[in-house]
Amino acid sequence: MSSPETTPRKQAAIIATSITKSFGEHLVLRGVDLEVAPGSIHALLGANGAGKTTLIKILTTLIKPTGGSASVAGYDVAAQAQRVRESISLTGQFSAVDGILTGQENLELIARLRHLSHPQQIARDLLERFSLADAAGRRTAQYSGGMARRLDIAMSLIGNPKVVFLDEPTTGLDPSARLEVWDAVTQLRERGTTVLLTTQYLDEAEKLADRISILHEGTIQAEGTLGELEHLLPPKKVEYVEKKPTLEDIFLALTEGKKSSK
Amino acid sequence: MKRFLSDTGVLFTRLMRHIVRSPDTIITTAAMPIAIMLLFVYVFGGATNTGSVPYVTYTLPGILLITVASGIAYTAMRLFEDMSGGIFERFQTMPISRTAFMWSHVLTSIVANVVSLILVIGLALVIGFRTGASAGRWLAVIGIMLLFTLALTWVAVVAGLAAKSVDGATAFSYPLIFLPFISSAFVPTATMPGPVRWFAQYQPVTSIVNTLRNLFLGTPVSGDIWTALGWCVAILVVFAIIARLLIHRRTA
Ligand SMILES: Nc1ncnc2c1ncn2[C@@H]1O[C@H](COP(=O)(O)OP(=O)(O)OP(=O)(O)O)[C@@H](O)[C@H]1O
Ligand SMILES: [Mg+2]
Repeated sequence: MSSPETTPRKQAAIIATSITKSFGEHLVLRGVDLEVAPGSIHALLGANGAGKTTLIKILTTLIKPTGGSASVAGYDVAAQAQRVRESISLTGQFSAVDGILTGQENLELIARLRHLSHPQQIARDLLERFSLADAAGRRTAQYSGGMARRLDIAMSLIGNPKVVFLDEPTTGLDPSARLEVWDAVTQLRERGTTVLLTTQYLDEAEKLADRISILHEGTIQAEGTLGELEHLLPPKKVEYVEKKPTLEDIFLALTEGKKSSK
Repeated sequence: MKRFLSDTGVLFTRLMRHIVRSPDTIITTAAMPIAIMLLFVYVFGGATNTGSVPYVTYTLPGILLITVASGIAYTAMRLFEDMSGGIFERFQTMPISRTAFMWSHVLTSIVANVVSLILVIGLALVIGFRTGASAGRWLAVIGIMLLFTLALTWVAVVAGLAAKSVDGATAFSYPLIFLPFISSAFVPTATMPGPVRWFAQYQPVTSIVNTLRNLFLGTPVSGDIWTALGWCVAILVVFAIIARLLIHRRTA
């Protein structure tokens, strides 16, 4: 572990530099730059088809970028993919919960694949932590959407990965299930885990994230804290907004402005 | 290697739970070949002259091949379901053996098909299947059936990877189930009309059926066995390569 090429080469937990990705002729990412500080929650905000999942797949070693480079937890996603995998976990856009297995068995499965000792105990603790203990022995096909999503996130936390990727963790959930997932994400912050989450919901980014990046037309249009992003609004616009501008106003201003300038 | 074995074992246990919890997949797999066997033995069998050989013995090799052809539809279905949700992607982002996932599906397919084959052979024995085959010949039968199952499993893997829907993932098995009917499995190929006879004589099923039948009957096994093995290995290699390419394309 101490050889120079395996020691982390940079401080930030996630660094993406000029990432491009095309599927055939279709250029989805046109040069994405992103930096996420360790222990922070970063939201990647973008509309349907903006390329959020594509970027997540590149950072989690599922697909290769067409151009550019990226490192996660200090390891290069292309050259040190297996090292990256040791440091991360992914809760993808589509459920990775096995419906035939119980909640307990789903968690044990991941613990065994991570070669941890006491998989049963690990599973029990996580079920407790995510308020799923009562449903531990039930097949997850019978879980509600919110329960399944919480279990999905719990599965991602086994082995305490340094960096957790959550791709649209609350899409399709009802408001109360959304709150449950938000709680789970907030717990991660308390443990010092770095989180990159994608969302289409502006209020979600506002609520959860330390910093926000807006992905639109293949590049990051703006990046910063909510306060910093508010300053990006054209001053005239701010004058006429009675209440504090929401992220929605900023998002619309940025993406609309982009369209009309074309 | 140690990692590969332990990861494959964990993932194999997961899939075996799927099978144990939906035993209908094994029953359905065995039900169709059993129905076809009963139909041929009790309805059509009388019309075919197989000499002193009981018709059930004559026809069992074809029935066994149909059993595997219908069983691998579930192999493709299980794989398709893992690929279409997020399960495959979660495993791929974990530091596990890169090939454990695929081998867990292949192993599960083989175990499930062997269970179905045992059910079918058991029923065949009940309705009059008899063989004087020696232990060596039985070993040859088992070896050929395992190789055939492995080869068709890779066909199923390709179907599961390439499909866009569950129906697409399983539909490929229908023509495979049909192939034994245009072979020496149920009636001698000599009775078939010209072009059909040509196809029946040269398609893979005929050489496999003839080999299995000779092994069961204790008659000399001709060059058919090499043709049969050649077909199985060729199918296995070609489809394993296509499966590799499909997996590779997903991660490009
Ligand atoms: N494997 C692929 N082959 C071809 N095109 C693809 C592939 N994956 C994604 N795309 C295209 O890339 C674009 C971005 O897709 P992506 O899934 O990254 O968007 P997203 O921001 O995650 O959208 P959503 O909010 O709907 O999840 C889309 O136009 C999509 O059709
Ligand atoms: Mg997406």
